[in-house]
Amino acid sequence: MEDMRKKTIVQTFIGLFAFAIILSGCSSNTNSNSNGSKGAESSPSASVDAASSPSASKGNKILIFGRNSDSVGLDLATTTDGESYRVAVNVLETLVVYDPTTKGVSPKLAESWTVSDDGLTYTFKLRQGIKFQDGTDFNAEAVAFNFERWMDKSNPLHNKDGFPYYESIFGGYKGDAQHAIAGITVADPYTVQFKLTKPISSFLSNLAIPNFGIASPEALKDTSRDFNKSPVGTGPFLLTDWKANDTITLANNPNYWQQGQPKLDKLIFKVIPDQNARLTALQTGEVDMIDGVNPEDVRTILQNGDLQLFDTPSLNVGYLGFNTAKAPFDNVKVREAIAGIVDKQALIDAFWAGTATPAVNAIPPVFMGYNGDIKDRTVDLDKSKQLLSEAGYPNGFKTTIWTTSASRIYMPNGEKVAQALQEQLKKINIDAQIQTLEWATYIDKLISHDTDLFLSGWISDTADPDNFLAPLFSVDNTYNFSGYKNEEVNKLLQQGQVETDSAKREQEYRDIQELLFQDAPVVPIAHAKYFVAAAKGVSGFVISPTGANESFADVDMN
Amino acid sequence: MLAYTLRRVAMLVPVLLGMSIIVFMIIHAIPGDPAVIILGQKATPEAIAELHASLGLNDPWYVQYFSYLKNIAGGDLGTSIQTKTAISKEIGPYLAATFELTVFSMLFAIFIGVNAGILSAWRRNSWFDYTAMLIALIGVSMPVFWLGLMEQWLFAQHLNWLPSIGRVNARDPVESISGFYVLDTILARRFDQLEDVFKHLVLPGIAMGTVPMAIIARITRAGMSEAMASEYIRTARSKGVHEFMVVYKHALKNAFIPILTVIGLQTGMLLGGAVLTETIFGWPGIGRYLYSAISARDYPVIQSGILVIAVIFVCINLVVDLLYAYFDPRIKHR
Repeated sequence: MEDMRKKTIVQTFIGLFAFAIILSGCSSNTNSNSNGSKGAESSPSASVDAASSPSASKGNKILIFGRNSDSVGLDLATTTDGESYRVAVNVLETLVVYDPTTKGVSPKLAESWTVSDDGLTYTFKLRQGIKFQDGTDFNAEAVAFNFERWMDKSNPLHNKDGFPYYESIFGGYKGDAQHAIAGITVADPYTVQFKLTKPISSFLSNLAIPNFGIASPEALKDTSRDFNKSPVGTGPFLLTDWKANDTITLANNPNYWQQGQPKLDKLIFKVIPDQNARLTALQTGEVDMIDGVNPEDVRTILQNGDLQLFDTPSLNVGYLGFNTAKAPFDNVKVREAIAGIVDKQALIDAFWAGTATPAVNAIPPVFMGYNGDIKDRTVDLDKSKQLLSEAGYPNGFKTTIWTTSASRIYMPNGEKVAQALQEQLKKINIDAQIQTLEWATYIDKLISHDTDLFLSGWISDTADPDNFLAPLFSVDNTYNFSGYKNEEVNKLLQQGQVETDSAKREQEYRDIQELLFQDAPVVPIAHAKYFVAAAKGVSGFVISPTGANESFADVDMN
Repeated sequence: MLAYTLRRVAMLVPVLLGMSIIVFMIIHAIPGDPAVIILGQKATPEAIAELHASLGLNDPWYVQYFSYLKNIAGGDLGTSIQTKTAISKEIGPYLAATFELTVFSMLFAIFIGVNAGILSAWRRNSWFDYTAMLIALIGVSMPVFWLGLMEQWLFAQHLNWLPSIGRVNARDPVESISGFYVLDTILARRFDQLEDVFKHLVLPGIAMGTVPMAIIARITRAGMSEAMASEYIRTARSKGVHEFMVVYKHALKNAFIPILTVIGLQTGMLLGGAVLTETIFGWPGIGRYLYSAISARDYPVIQSGILVIAVIFVCINLVVDLLYAYFDPRIKHR
């Protein structure tokens, strides 16, 4: 029977083969995927003749980037999803950028800056001679114009649904009690000054968040233009075409302010939702780069001589959370007992293909203020059983592990992790059911604290601990899914936001991690790596630990 | 005939009304909040509340439903919560992409399915009959994503014959006029590109067409077996009519009504968007559009998208019903 089935499958394939041969006209090599690079070799310097020929005017260096889904909108100020950043950061630029090597910020549109002693005034000197893609000048007026648009609800160009990042990072809008920016003044055409209502220690790294990319005021004012669909900034690439859920095409900005950039003629972002199909498309040369690489495919890519892999420790954590508002997880001993059975390395080997780092604290080690002195718990079933008895559950209890079917970078396969944890929990007599939900439903459950044990995670926008610890552990924060309430931690988190002495600030965060470790509102499991795979000929790409926001200005193909 | 058509079109109204109520109630009953999805990690309770208000999500569901109905009656399909673009503007290219793939899939399914069914009926209980019907059985039960991935692995990755994803080589995009790339490339006289578009249709077309092909083959065999045993076939043969004409003219025309029904139903289903095929082959069709709308709880897109698909489905059924009269003149539409 088995044999017969095999035979028919073979026959099916023979049939399909035959059909495909007919359709592809037997011409071998029909799919010789004209890699843009081949054409590029023939015309390194475009002479007048070459420039007038159609192939040269079309541009030869075309890089296609395959990714999971389409961008939602390209007005960076309103963006909240990675796929929108992925494209828009190549069109719009920020005053400063996050520098992975120094873990600080480095200049971009702002050349230099000074901070007053009280930490309330930031003065930025802007780079001169930069033009927006519509030909208008970039200057201090333009910077002030953008910030006015974001902060002032009465501004006619203020988004009717608000600017979520601005609101959350700067404490609301003009007039709100917690609003952090008192005013912006244009000191001279290339000097802009920010006055703050209170010191913000992470102000510079906040400005490096891609959402605060400076848009052309003229383009924003143009009511006939849907800025969200056709942004205009100072970046290396111009948006030329957007086919929804298919491709977004960016073209070389010939007037880009940085000499010799960008190197590509065209940069195309192509939606390929399926992970396997995306890798196939890279292998066949239909695309040149892909992201959202499954950790399990890492070995395949490394073994393929035509491909290369970029990876970076990403600013994320995947964790097992407890609903601390609910018995039995309101008892710290129960939480400790469960924390003591999680074999992080085994989970990582199995479900992150060994590519992640075991997490001791919520924040990854690259963060300022990371507490490396904390020694993680070792797996000790007897101790866990003992703790459970002390907590009044000598015979264990029944509970539920909540997880999602959606694959996240910090938790590629939550359901399998839950199954492994279920097995471990059985050993200390805890009988756990697994509930797997689709993403939107799951988020709803987490926010309404309708959970018991749950698998979740966090991705940070900057390497500043405030961006990580405050949402996860501040009292009543939307993203404090474990419902954790510790006044001491809360106070330290608030202090950390305004502390300008960096040594003191660092100590505050170290203390927070110590308290979190003792209280164990979550069990950090892994800091996942973030991968981008590319064809061998792609060069100049620098992967960013903050995720899908790499600039393609320096990327080349040969 | 005209009166019949008009009556059928008028019947659309209660059908669509009932369907829209069901869809509306289901999507509002499932948990999940579009505001939370849109705001992502930066969702402060204030921002969520503001967005709810601006999306009109605070009204009771029947108020939302009637304001939706009012807009539909005025020809307004609404605005996507996610992209903030008018759905009537957005939906066109998705429909065109799905339509093109469906036509190709169905041509494949009908051509192979009908002929395999005929041959099986003509040579009943032969090895061809057994093989074809076994393949049809496998085809009906073949998971489409598995078939799709296998096709990509074999024809794109290993043999490098055909492209694995998309509608056209992204390095040389089609200047979209109608959204139908076959038509657009012909209009632009880019025949090299037309070839490329056809190559891109092959793998997803086969993946999507396999199940309909198998069903059509089985129905055709059943209908043809019966027809071939009829007396008029014996008469035709005895008159010396060429066997090809016997089979394809006399028998097929008489056996075609159930085949046509199946073709109509399958076409309608494929036009509703095949999420799996579209996902694996990176095909920007209506199935993907609805799928991402459901994931993001983009209520207006889900409602209007399903409405449009329902209209198309009903229209295809109407066309099939009208075609019955051609194949069997005894059927009169009154």
